[in-house]
Amino acid sequence: MRILTALAAILTLSGCSSNWGWYVVNPSTASGAANLKFMLSGLSYSVQLSATAIAISVVIGLLVALPGLSSNVWARRASRTYVELVRAVPILVLILWVYYGLPQVTGLSIGVFWAGVIALALSDSAFQAEIFRAGIQSIARGQYEAAYSVSLGYRDTMRYVILPQAIRRILPALGNQLVYMLKMSSLVSVIGMQELTRKANELVVVEYRPLEIYTVLVLEYLVLILIVSAAVRWFERRLQTDERS
Amino acid sequence: MQKGESPIIRFDGVSKYFDDFQVLKGITLAVGPSERIVICGPSGSGKSTLIRCINGLEGYGAGDIFVNDVRVGSDAAGLRAVRARVGMVFQQFNLFPHLTVRENLMLGPMRGRGMSAADATRLADRYLARVRIPEQADKYPRHLSGGQQQRVAIARSLCMEPQIMLFDEPTSALDPEMISEVLEVMAELAQTGMTMIVVTHEMGFARRVADRMIFMDHGEIVEVAPPETFFTAPKSRRAQDFLQKILNH
Ligand SMILES: Nc1ncnc2c1ncn2[C@@H]1O[C@H](COP(=O)(O)OP(=O)(O)OP(=O)(O)O)[C@@H](O)[C@H]1O
Ligand SMILES: [Mg+2]
Repeated sequence: MRILTALAAILTLSGCSSNWGWYVVNPSTASGAANLKFMLSGLSYSVQLSATAIAISVVIGLLVALPGLSSNVWARRASRTYVELVRAVPILVLILWVYYGLPQVTGLSIGVFWAGVIALALSDSAFQAEIFRAGIQSIARGQYEAAYSVSLGYRDTMRYVILPQAIRRILPALGNQLVYMLKMSSLVSVIGMQELTRKANELVVVEYRPLEIYTVLVLEYLVLILIVSAAVRWFERRLQTDERS
Repeated sequence: MQKGESPIIRFDGVSKYFDDFQVLKGITLAVGPSERIVICGPSGSGKSTLIRCINGLEGYGAGDIFVNDVRVGSDAAGLRAVRARVGMVFQQFNLFPHLTVRENLMLGPMRGRGMSAADATRLADRYLARVRIPEQADKYPRHLSGGQQQRVAIARSLCMEPQIMLFDEPTSALDPEMISEVLEVMAELAQTGMTMIVVTHEMGFARRVADRMIFMDHGEIVEVAPPETFFTAPKSRRAQDFLQKILNH
């Protein structure tokens, strides 16, 4: 937070002395306040898009990770292939392909929001699968054996014994992934999604003050991500104290 | 077999390989109801593998294993049925670290036996009292001493109300001062008529509790004898050497 204040101070000072035009986003003027409000209106889209995408990608990631740990070689290969293929496609390319290409394949038109969600979720699911795989593999074999020896089947063993422990371990990685997803959601602006980056772009076209507007954009992401990081850390701590009692 | 009529566990020419290495070489063995068996033998002789085959934690190649005349095979439903009747206690306890002691005990009854939470709670508290740590029910395993953790592990198995209990070196990971509290619980269990197979090098316990000693070496059962005979007059050279080593250390 101290860094933020310092950064803001530097920017303000330099804005006063040189040819910066902070008036475009000066909240004490009517037009500046309107511009700020316009920029901030993208916030809820960015958050909704990222949150929906990560929720879906966690589910896909888990569904891809489990066969990757199977003793069946074909299940492992299928999981591996999915991860390799999806990881190889740049997110921006995937967004374009889902938005412009997928409707032609399926015959269904997809809105900007859902195209963004699908592309981000698919892209992220490969990483989620790797995170889950590593997390599950880190649980000692004795945990499975103890669960099996009290007559739990594979499903219950995963659900009540392995995954609760694995998820605690991968929580920091999942938090990172959420932050990454928030940043990548800016790419969905290219198909016209009215999120933070798109709003900034539109404002720049009107006001022609890219330096100030994009600086505000940077700060928007910075604050958003600092809040998310803090929330993730709080959640991790809570899970740990849960076990302490 | 000394007690009962028909065996509760039967090994019939069981062999097992890890790749080229033969861990079990044609094991044949029958264990009667309420019988207490102690298995000993050098490291790597196949003791763990042998008892882990009984509840299907390891598969086996040739031969058959029957528990209650049901063959221990590879089909999932059959295995779960066998495991509901066969409890197992591990060297490293293997408690579930994310669950409280009581929840550790309740998981098997609820998810393995389909019991209600209320019934499982009652059952858990009963067996915690039986291993003499009722006051630890709401703690997490890592806040317990090793001896307490192993007693929780025993109670967790007992909550399945099994017919057979398997112990794989239950005291080997414990500090010396905690060994006796665990052996005490096991000796009490033996008195209830539980069928027990115990892999251990605690020879005092073996003398006190075992009906039969089994000595294994290189994947074979080399000697089977009542403890008095086994400890005073082992027949095989390998058993003599082994006893010499562990009794004189
Ligand atoms: N998963 C495995 N893959 C390959 N070899 C194995 C595996 N598990 C056990 N072995 C080998 O099988 C042999 C018997 O192992 P086992 O654990 O049954 O012996 P043990 O008598 O219990 O020994 P210890 O007293 O050290 O516990 C050992 O030589 C061991 O190295
Ligand atoms: Mg062993």
